[in-house]
Amino acid sequence: MRDWLMSESPESRVQAGAGRAWRALLMLLRNPLAVIGGLIVLLLIVTAVAAPLIAPESGVGQDLPNRLLPPSWDHWMGTDELGRDIFSRVVYGARITLLIVGLVAVISAPLGLIVGAVAGYFGGWTDKILMGFTDIFLSMPKLILALAFVAALGPGIENAIIAIAITAWPAYARIARAETLTFRNAEFVAATRLLGASHGRIILLHVLPLCTSSMIIRVTLDMAGIILTAAGLGFLGLGAQPPLPEWGAMISRGRVFILDQWWVATMPGLAIILVSLGFCFLGDGLRDVLDPKSAGKS
Amino acid sequence: MTAISLQNLDVSYDGNRVVKGATFDVAEGESFALVGESGSGKSTVLKAIAGLAPEWAGTIEVLGKPRSHRPDRALARQCQMVFQDPYGSLHPRKTVDSVLSEALKIHGLGNRDERVEQVLTDVGLDRRFRFRYPHQLSGGQRQRVAIARALMLEPKVMLLDEPTSALDVSVQAEILNLLKRLRAEHNLTYLMVSHDLPVVGFMCDRMAVMTKGEIVEIAPGTALHDGAFTHPYARALYAASGG
Repeated sequence: MRDWLMSESPESRVQAGAGRAWRALLMLLRNPLAVIGGLIVLLLIVTAVAAPLIAPESGVGQDLPNRLLPPSWDHWMGTDELGRDIFSRVVYGARITLLIVGLVAVISAPLGLIVGAVAGYFGGWTDKILMGFTDIFLSMPKLILALAFVAALGPGIENAIIAIAITAWPAYARIARAETLTFRNAEFVAATRLLGASHGRIILLHVLPLCTSSMIIRVTLDMAGIILTAAGLGFLGLGAQPPLPEWGAMISRGRVFILDQWWVATMPGLAIILVSLGFCFLGDGLRDVLDPKSAGKS
Repeated sequence: MTAISLQNLDVSYDGNRVVKGATFDVAEGESFALVGESGSGKSTVLKAIAGLAPEWAGTIEVLGKPRSHRPDRALARQCQMVFQDPYGSLHPRKTVDSVLSEALKIHGLGNRDERVEQVLTDVGLDRRFRFRYPHQLSGGQRQRVAIARALMLEPKVMLLDEPTSALDVSVQAEILNLLKRLRAEHNLTYLMVSHDLPVVGFMCDRMAVMTKGEIVEIAPGTALHDGAFTHPYARALYAASGG
């Protein structure tokens, strides 16, 4: 199997692709921070998928006699002001966090990629108009813009996702455009045009694959920011609505008791820090693997 | 029949005329060279024919049909180009196989496996190279892949933009022999750009000497052996190359 993957002269498309992926994985595994980050992200995914199996309680059932209990064997992270087990709520909150992060990435990364690649590839007026549009979005502070969108669309988790996605894509468009500019005049693009390929085909099949690695790095590094923005919206009451166990909203509820019952706000805060850190580590590791230019510097 | 016919071709980049009044005909099956120093506009003539330098005036005909100002699918089947830099002319993230089958996919041609294997044999690459990435190939092997890509659509006319100048001398000879053999086997017409007169003497039947965007002399390839140039610049170029 190893020989098959590491073969210098692969026999098929599948083997060539698998060999490349295998080499990238080996490089990633050699980077300890990336491994830690990968494990944290894996933990987040497993927790989200298996939440009902991990959480001891449902996370929404109230139990008023047991309100605001400190961490103990029965309640690892204590209970909140309605007697709900905070550990269970943090576990279920992983689902919401993953949903937000995943959907924002799925909406904003392709949008930014296509806008940036089209602008960079065609240049001229197309570039000026698309990048002018991008700059308008880029010039506004992310959280304020997201706030404005949520205020206009109404509070709720779907609208929070849409708002964050709308504020996240301009950065990706800039990166994709910068990458595209470096090879829009390359001979392999000219050669493909001479084969009769349309502009759309060149952008989709030849330009975009070269932008994706820097995009993956950037999106992974941005995940932490996305989580924080979502938590911020939740904290302000504009994201997920009660009783959804969103981490930012949980901190917001715990703010009232922060001096006497520290665990109510601290536990979801720790979860946010851990997951953000995981995405940052993984993003740094991916940069070393996927982007040979910056690998030597760090 | 003429394969390529240029009449009073002017080519500009952003309003600067870099080729002035180029006129010549290349017969079908002929191997014709454009020689001159760098900056003389010889590569620009190729780019105008291919459609990569769209700012031109005059007449360009390829196999009797007037050219538009952009690359097009009809031209792709008749005329292909090989570029100078084998490191820049292959997509860094695509295997040899996908580079070669791209042409077949664009034109909806079948039998991809057979055609790819056939063209690899034609350019003298073993089939074990088929699924390698460009970074796993040497410069000479990459240039063979670039030539194979140009042959994929079985064109009649090949535009060669200094196809060997980025390679070292021993590899140069292999590629030149390959190009010569392919021309005989596929009955191709070559329009080749070079600043290297020995290469031109080896490859070409006739040549046009260019300087400062103008063609100053059209001479037979034998002039490189007997020095029968008439224009002073062509004589100087011949003398400078050690003739």
